[in-house]
Amino acid sequence: MIKHLLSVNQLSREDVTRILDTAESFREVGTRVIKKVPALRGRTVVNLFYENSTRTRISFELAAKRLSADVINFTASGSSVSKGESLKDTALTLEAMGADAIVIRHSSSGAAHTLARFISGSVLNAGDGTHEHPTQALLDLYTIREKLGRIEGLRTVIVGDVMHSRVARSLTFSLARMGAEVTLVGPPTLIPPDAPSWGAAVTYDLDEVLPKADVCYMLRVQRERQRRQYFPSVREYSRLFGLSRDRVAALPEHAMIMHPGPMNRGVEIASDVADLPQSVITEQVTNGIAVRMSLLYLMLGGAASGEAA
Amino acid sequence: MKFLLKGARVVDPASGRDESADVLVEDGLVGDGSAAGASEIDCGGLVLAPGLVDLHTHLREPGREDKETVESGTRAAALGGFTAVSAMANTDPVADSLAVIQEVQLLAERAGACDVFPVAAITKALEGESLVEIGELAAGGVRMFSDDGHCVQQARVLRMALEYSKAFDAVIAEHAEEASLAEGSQMHEGYHSSVLGLAGNPAASEEIIVARDLMLAKLTGGRLHVCHLSSAGSVNLVRRAKAEGVSVTAEVTPHHLALVDEDLSGYDTNLKVNPPIRSVEDRDALQAGLADGTIDAVATDHAPHAVEDKEQEFDQAPPGTIGLETALAVILTDLVKPGLISLERALEALSVAPARILRAEDHGGPIEPGRPANLMAFDPDAEWLVEAPFASKSRNSAFLGRTLTGKVMHTILRGELIVHEGKLQA
Repeated sequence: MIKHLLSVNQLSREDVTRILDTAESFREVGTRVIKKVPALRGRTVVNLFYENSTRTRISFELAAKRLSADVINFTASGSSVSKGESLKDTALTLEAMGADAIVIRHSSSGAAHTLARFISGSVLNAGDGTHEHPTQALLDLYTIREKLGRIEGLRTVIVGDVMHSRVARSLTFSLARMGAEVTLVGPPTLIPPDAPSWGAAVTYDLDEVLPKADVCYMLRVQRERQRRQYFPSVREYSRLFGLSRDRVAALPEHAMIMHPGPMNRGVEIASDVADLPQSVITEQVTNGIAVRMSLLYLMLGGAASGEAA
Repeated sequence: MKFLLKGARVVDPASGRDESADVLVEDGLVGDGSAAGASEIDCGGLVLAPGLVDLHTHLREPGREDKETVESGTRAAALGGFTAVSAMANTDPVADSLAVIQEVQLLAERAGACDVFPVAAITKALEGESLVEIGELAAGGVRMFSDDGHCVQQARVLRMALEYSKAFDAVIAEHAEEASLAEGSQMHEGYHSSVLGLAGNPAASEEIIVARDLMLAKLTGGRLHVCHLSSAGSVNLVRRAKAEGVSVTAEVTPHHLALVDEDLSGYDTNLKVNPPIRSVEDRDALQAGLADGTIDAVATDHAPHAVEDKEQEFDQAPPGTIGLETALAVILTDLVKPGLISLERALEALSVAPARILRAEDHGGPIEPGRPANLMAFDPDAEWLVEAPFASKSRNSAFLGRTLTGKVMHTILRGELIVHEGKLQA
């Protein structure tokens, strides 16, 4: 297994399948009364979060704890970072304290790569700037496979601010790797001109692609993009690229509606759509723990120290 | 002091000479008298050429002496075969007054490692608003004016600079970058920036300004120099303007000639430079532009930065690579060796052309009796690994870890051996 998880592009098709299969076996742990296995007992996992995050940090924390690892949560605010400590010095300090793995969330693209150059333990990218969010993509693949039984050959549509979305990058690269068709939809200002070279199709017309979609994945769009003129108004964005009730009606019955959270209800997704049965947004969250358990277990060599589940 | 440089291949682009010969250095000049009593320096297997001239060096002094000083920077230059450098104005304080220019001149004189031609800013404090006292500064020895690091955003200000400077035969050197398109950018905008999630700097950001400035040069008849060309479109614009007779010269850096945006895939901040390293097509066009003379000169844009500044997250690291100690070897390795340009053209672009642009009459050859002995000799076949430490105070080289071919052995400034056998003297 890989030492660091910096980008989904490091993962072969076989790697992804193995991660999802292992997650499958960990999924059951979360349903037990005692939600814990001893696989990573004695190992230390540090959550190093330079950006605010609720679901990803808690998900990683629960994943590590359910594997019996010791978990340290380190947030930039209220720490040595706010005193001006560099990423390098913070990394060296954490390593000196015996961290076996560092989970990093950072607003700078490439921060996980930078961290990996400084330390000898494993680095897991929990979202770096507008680059990637590999564990989000893997939990999305898990959720898709669980619901639809496969990934290969599915028609997936990813809608919104692709340009600034680390989720869109990781998801597009990994879906393409697993043999799914990916179509990116959004205003031309928010789709990188080179996105077709990612292995995805691009269209600016959401209504054209919905009737054949197996998965409709809505990305969060920040209101500040409008201030930077990426689109003229939130109203126009919502009308052209928001998932409304009418648009849901155009989707095939079996189609899944996904969102990485946090949602802007009323902007990229209508409030009542988010709560429809086709929407798997809360399942995504649940599956995130199992997928992160799987990754920590495989990357920290848990197989050597005990049974998976 | 009198010595004979013996048995070198003398390549002197200014005179078109390329032959095996001995060169006598006497009293700071190239001599033509008897070599009797002269000590001999064996230059067998070496190429002897005019000392190199860099149009674009950041010496950082005054202000950031932790990154570089006039002394450390000029020593790095000498080690790279340079006998003259043009020191950019974006120091702290900015070189927008005679006081700062004179300080740099004095420091250079004291260091004595290579000649320094201080560049003055075009506008006060590099703010792009009001012109510096071009006349007084020109009288104080300034030949080039540049807001480098910033681009003069207002067309009217640049027009006035080009027009006014005609009275002093000064050259206006532009860092071409349309600010609103480049704002926040981290690398060249293209496939690789899209995959890396780094904000892109489109080639159009440079080309818009190059096109505008060429029109202003045409309008005014002023001397325009375009710094560090980075895109194929810019090369085409300069080529067309030259064909129309516009008074323009252009430079390109070794890193833009040798590297491409894909090389940034590991987020190595030493490859973060401004303008950014662009696509394969852009690199190829820059190489072709240098070969056909559209681009006059190779300039390093030597930009030292502290280790702690570069060892940061990519978007927080400052742009720039050091270049004085690797420039010749990169050109030899990546352009001359593969046959993209001749050795003579390489040396012309590294010495004759920049000396002409700077009006540095003592530099760039020809290597003839009576001329100042500003010379360098290098081993064209020696291979060496680029690694710290450098003579520069900084070590942010985009070429760290690469093996290059071509090593400077001797650098001679007005008859004095500054570098001997590849080592700085004293």
